[in-house]
Amino acid sequence: MVKIAVLVKQVPDTNSKIQISNDRVDLSSVKMVMSPFDEFAVENALLHKEAVGGTVTAITVGGNSADKVLKDAKAIGVDEIVRLDCTEYMDSNAFQTVISGVISQDGYEVVYCGKSSADTGSGSTGPGVAEKLGWASVSNVTDIQFTDGMTVTVPAEGGNAIINVSAPLVVSCDKGSIKVRKPNVKGIMMAKRAQVDVKSVNPNPSNVTVVSQTMPADKPAGKKFEGGQSAETVVQLLREEANII
Amino acid sequence: MTDTVVIAEINKGKVSPTTNELISAANNLGSNCTLVIPCTDSSLADQASNISGVGKIIAAKSSVFTNYDASGWAQALDSVAPQGIIVTAASAQSKDLAARIAARRNVSVVQDVISIDGTTLSTPIYSGKAIEKVAINGNVVVSIRPNVFPGVSNDGSCDIQVIDASGDLATAVKELVERASTRLDVSEANIIISGGRGMGSPDNFSHLEAIADTLGAAVGASRAAVDTWDDIPHSMQVGQTGKTVNPNLYIAVGISGAIQHLAGMRSSKYIVAINKDADAPIFQYADYGIVSTWEEALPVLSSALSNMLS
Repeated sequence: MVKIAVLVKQVPDTNSKIQISNDRVDLSSVKMVMSPFDEFAVENALLHKEAVGGTVTAITVGGNSADKVLKDAKAIGVDEIVRLDCTEYMDSNAFQTVISGVISQDGYEVVYCGKSSADTGSGSTGPGVAEKLGWASVSNVTDIQFTDGMTVTVPAEGGNAIINVSAPLVVSCDKGSIKVRKPNVKGIMMAKRAQVDVKSVNPNPSNVTVVSQTMPADKPAGKKFEGGQSAETVVQLLREEANII
Repeated sequence: MTDTVVIAEINKGKVSPTTNELISAANNLGSNCTLVIPCTDSSLADQASNISGVGKIIAAKSSVFTNYDASGWAQALDSVAPQGIIVTAASAQSKDLAARIAARRNVSVVQDVISIDGTTLSTPIYSGKAIEKVAINGNVVVSIRPNVFPGVSNDGSCDIQVIDASGDLATAVKELVERASTRLDVSEANIIISGGRGMGSPDNFSHLEAIADTLGAAVGASRAAVDTWDDIPHSMQVGQTGKTVNPNLYIAVGISGAIQHLAGMRSSKYIVAINKDADAPIFQYADYGIVSTWEEALPVLSSALSNMLS
């Protein structure tokens, strides 16, 4: 029986346009969804439970509005849902300290998360939480086998590495070949009724603070040519103007 | 000024030229840069002895560095690296390492930095749809996007101190599986040629592969192509839900430029787009746009490149 946690985060749908107001990203009119790589983390956590037995708890950090991402995880089969109640900004150190505190206190043995979240893209949470716990971590995992212990596949220079791992462990998941399961009606009904376990947290002060969020500078207009023959001109420009080939 | 430490980027058993860019970034963040080179054999570090912009070079020698293990590497590098702001490359592996070292030192990590102004760092968020500026206070670990900072030159001279670094492996490599093709992965390549659904069928990617071989490039794909054709694996996908890439040259063929694809490649140094639809959004980001079918443009591109590079 293994006690599994999966970290999930709510982010803007990746097809949405990002808008700025007052030097901050304005998410008020954006559709929020589970960060895409977290979906694979949830799926892998459920596969792990199904292979060896145990429980899966989905954990997120945020205010009330973040309950939706937990309900989404509940609808596809996680056992428990926990929200660490905090809406203030945390830098990576403060954030990982909060997460690792809960993981350790509640006795989880394996933690799954997405390889990075679609908002910051930093990919720091998995390895950082593992370090704070003194655990092993594997990142960018594309495949997991639960027969004969546990092995994971990760990209390595020139190919892939298949790695033997054992708990306690943090696994950061990439897309890979598994298909994410969809909720059924029963799951959705159960998720609606499910109680979110809300825990209060008291983060350390942050040493990295946000100054501004702005749109990227517009790229100056490029040169546009008509017809396939112009590929020859472009090759010339790549050498003579851009100097890159 | 804060002291800085650069963890050298190693690629194919060599100190990668990206390391020169890291040193240049480190010298924007602080002073007295120490270059730490993870190695199993200190001869690897000799290649870096003429790198400029550093006050000290440490060859961190350990069998731990044979294969990547986040825990063992962080432990070994932490044991030899002096205090200060630590700088790594923003490759997938080095970002993972940066996060572990930061947590180990009880400091924060700022990933994918693209510009530095004193203690204010800029990083792309939402895969580059917006830019976030953060202020750092005290020591942090910073990973730097490749192809953004100019590299320091190789006309210095610095003694190399070899230090035995020790770390405990937390995982064990069972098997290394080489890719069937010798072609680079999109995350490793300086030039990428990508195809979208406009390629018509996965078989037509062979035309992209031929050009990739001429250029030493990797072949990528849009999400539409990966989702449509089983023969195009997710490992080739460039975009917000695939890989974010930052090559010197990105050639997009038959890719219209969905927002989530643009997010993954818009910061490439030069972008060439080939698309038959003159209004495709990809052209707004292209340095050089070719309005044409791929059937018409690729043979011309291929022979022009062959002539130039042969």
